[in-house]
Amino acid sequence: MTSSDTSSKRRRSSVALRLVRNPLGAAGVVILLVMVALALLAPVLAPFGPNTAAIGNTLAAPGGDFLLGTDSAGRDTWSRLLWSGQLTLLSALLCASVAIAIGLPAGLIAGYFGKAFDGVSSWVANAILSLPSIIVLLSVRSAVGPSVWITMIVFGVMLSPGYFRLTRTAVLSVRNELYVDAARVSGLSDARIITRHVLSVVRAPIIIQTALIAGVAIAIQSGLEFLGLGSPQDPTWGAMLSEGFRNIYTTPMLMVWPALAIGLTTGAFVLIGNALRDALEDMPGTRLSVKALAGAATAIGTASAPVRSRIPSTVSVRTLAEPVDATPPEDAAEHLLQVDDLEIGYPDGDGGLKRVVEGVHFHVDRGEVLSIVGESGSGKSQTAFAVLGLLPASAQVVGGTVVFDGVQTVDPQRRRIADERMRPLRGRRISYIPQEPMSNLDPNYTIGHQLSRPMVKLLGVSRAEARKRALALLERVGITDPQRTFDAYPHEISGGMAQRVLIAGAVSCEPDLIIADEPTTALDVTVQAEVLDLLRTMRDELGVAILIVTHNFGVVADLADRVAVMQQGRLVEEGPVREILHHPQHPYTRALLGSMLVGREPLTPLTTTTKGPTS
Amino acid sequence: MIAFTLKRLGSGVLLLAVICTVAYALLFANGPSIARNIVGDQATAEQVAAKQTELGLDQPLPLRFLSWVGDAFAGDLGRSWFGPITVSDALVTRLPVTLTLIATAMIFVTLIATTLGTAAAVKRGWIDRLVQVGAIVGDAIPGFVVAVVLATIFAVQLGLFPAVSSIAPGAGADAWIASLTLPVIAIVLNYVTASAQQIRSAVIQQRERDFVRTLRSRGLGDGEILLRHVLRGAAPAGLTVLSLQFVGLLGGAVILERIFAIPGIGQLAITATVNGDIPIVMGVVVYTVALVVIVNLVVDLLNGWLNPKVRVS
Repeated sequence: MTSSDTSSKRRRSSVALRLVRNPLGAAGVVILLVMVALALLAPVLAPFGPNTAAIGNTLAAPGGDFLLGTDSAGRDTWSRLLWSGQLTLLSALLCASVAIAIGLPAGLIAGYFGKAFDGVSSWVANAILSLPSIIVLLSVRSAVGPSVWITMIVFGVMLSPGYFRLTRTAVLSVRNELYVDAARVSGLSDARIITRHVLSVVRAPIIIQTALIAGVAIAIQSGLEFLGLGSPQDPTWGAMLSEGFRNIYTTPMLMVWPALAIGLTTGAFVLIGNALRDALEDMPGTRLSVKALAGAATAIGTASAPVRSRIPSTVSVRTLAEPVDATPPEDAAEHLLQVDDLEIGYPDGDGGLKRVVEGVHFHVDRGEVLSIVGESGSGKSQTAFAVLGLLPASAQVVGGTVVFDGVQTVDPQRRRIADERMRPLRGRRISYIPQEPMSNLDPNYTIGHQLSRPMVKLLGVSRAEARKRALALLERVGITDPQRTFDAYPHEISGGMAQRVLIAGAVSCEPDLIIADEPTTALDVTVQAEVLDLLRTMRDELGVAILIVTHNFGVVADLADRVAVMQQGRLVEEGPVREILHHPQHPYTRALLGSMLVGREPLTPLTTTTKGPTS
Repeated sequence: MIAFTLKRLGSGVLLLAVICTVAYALLFANGPSIARNIVGDQATAEQVAAKQTELGLDQPLPLRFLSWVGDAFAGDLGRSWFGPITVSDALVTRLPVTLTLIATAMIFVTLIATTLGTAAAVKRGWIDRLVQVGAIVGDAIPGFVVAVVLATIFAVQLGLFPAVSSIAPGAGADAWIASLTLPVIAIVLNYVTASAQQIRSAVIQQRERDFVRTLRSRGLGDGEILLRHVLRGAAPAGLTVLSLQFVGLLGGAVILERIFAIPGIGQLAITATVNGDIPIVMGVVVYTVALVVIVNLVVDLLNGWLNPKVRVS
């Protein structure tokens, strides 16, 4: 308990530190502190009272007794500015307090206990949010007369749904967490669970929300006063702005000061709110790591630590010596796909490069099935996406060549797969079967549209012809009612059917090579076998080559002619499937094979060789 | 889809009914105070009582409300207490002005925000930074301050636009354009970056979805994928923020109409509020909430039309 308290204190102070280190956040804090100090010190600093009028000295120019001049009633602008600051800032405080006092408990109750209260309060919150606040405040003013305080209380009510939603969402996500269950089982009362576990989660977002809301409150309060709907006795920046606007032709400077005060204060609140959000998002543990950028990217052991150098210098002499144009190496012509010395890296955030694929070479012949095997993070998917030319934008092809049917697609100068060389190949010559079927279909279009559109575009057939071919393809991949599937949206079909649709899409333009990235991993075991059968049929009937990426030696044994084994970005072993299965040479291959055999002694975990994060 | 529409419609009607009840109770409950407000502080108790009787405020509140509801269903929202005009007439003559202002501004906001937000998401670089910084600046400076500054510089100092709107019944298109240009610019400046920011996030999120990579692998062009698939998927998020801005403008227009002296609903609402012309204020509330309900219904239907999960099931 004490340790969690101190760590949360450290976390808080570190957030404050980050807030001040952020130049915009620091500026916001300074401006706000100055405004608060001026307002608090108004009784000392202001030479006149807020409504003290110097008759005969109306609209005086700045200077003399009146630092910033006087308004049309002869009131000192500087003094009024200070007094107004007091009232304006206090009214913002009141507004935010009311909003929290209503929204927070309501959100806690709705989120924690749910049921009828949740339904009713959510409806009310939506209703309040859908009303234009100025219209509501005008009606309140009509009903109860001018009062800064009542206006701000009502506006606080109008803003409370923001806190309500925030709290409710946070509570809903925390409520079902295991540690809350544990707390409940251990006999803690609901009240204690709420205060200890739930409030600590919503504290940070509420602070951010409050900074932003204080700015909004000042803006709306000034707006109402500007309309002349406030009490004439109350000095506020909005009222001063209104007074300035009335005298805009004679003394426009009267308008500048309150406008500046309003702009600076609301701006300060927004800057603080944004800086706080950034500070909390940048906290260690929540920061996006290179892992997230690179997908399956994993650190390549200690032997090849990230190359720390500026981008141009990492191009090795060997890479530069290689052909820059699309001419392939001489022996490449005989293979459909030939990959040599492929190296892929991602910026590691410190100017260096983290390599996820290193020195990988393999080839695929026409009609052949090559399987790339390895565990998560071995670089096998990155290799497959490089062949497709669909690596993430931040990926860099540091070296090597990829030659498809005589076309070298790597552009070493830009360290990318050249899109202009890939474009004529993609879909038409090389196609792709993804891992997760459902997320790879656009939910907004029918299956039929997504199947026939590439045929219209790439093969130049008419829409009617494309439709006919799509129906035939659906039948061919084993879908019993092609017409119904053709007209269906993705959410109306099962995962296994979706994978068949994607396979149909992959073969629709009669490609020479299909890249299949773990095509069975997301499917039920029974469907897996059917999909593998289907892939084999496609190979046999269409003569298409398949590059299949998998971690499953069962798939390899079932489908592949040859196998390439990858570990930590490197190719460790490659050969005909029988040879690898029966006489694995590399210890890693043996470990992988062992992990799938039933009835064996438990092995030492594979993780002994893997240090980086897995995905 | 029909069930979906009816459900949304029912929810909207319920909202209208609840707000009308609450607003009526709030505005009309305190009869003596309303009458005192109209006849002034110096009036005698008899004068106040007479005014109360004259306006029918001595009747019990529920009875008055029921009779108001009955009239409202017949299209009669009562008469102004301060002039020879019905509430409906006062509102109907001013509504087109306010709606023209808001609709014109929102069309520009939609076009510019969609272009900026999409460009920021796709190109990144300086345009992305512009949108990010612009969103903070837009949040930081209250819209009416921007409007006041615009009015001061371009209408008052430079005289490029009329400082007092020349929109009147029968005014030509040039009067409308001259009067609405500055307020529309003020709204666009204030709103565009916030919606561009939302659209930017939605587009970035859509572009990272798996099916975009699969569509690229099928050989479809980047332009087609962006227009047909990415923007289509980002549309509901964009619609939501734009509809919220539209509703916000129903209130924001009040201040803008004051600054640019435009004879819309907002000016009517301010005058009625200051005078204590309660029937007019009530009328403004009814019209505004009705507009909110209509806008939300249209957005719900558009979202339903965009999203096959809602449409098909």
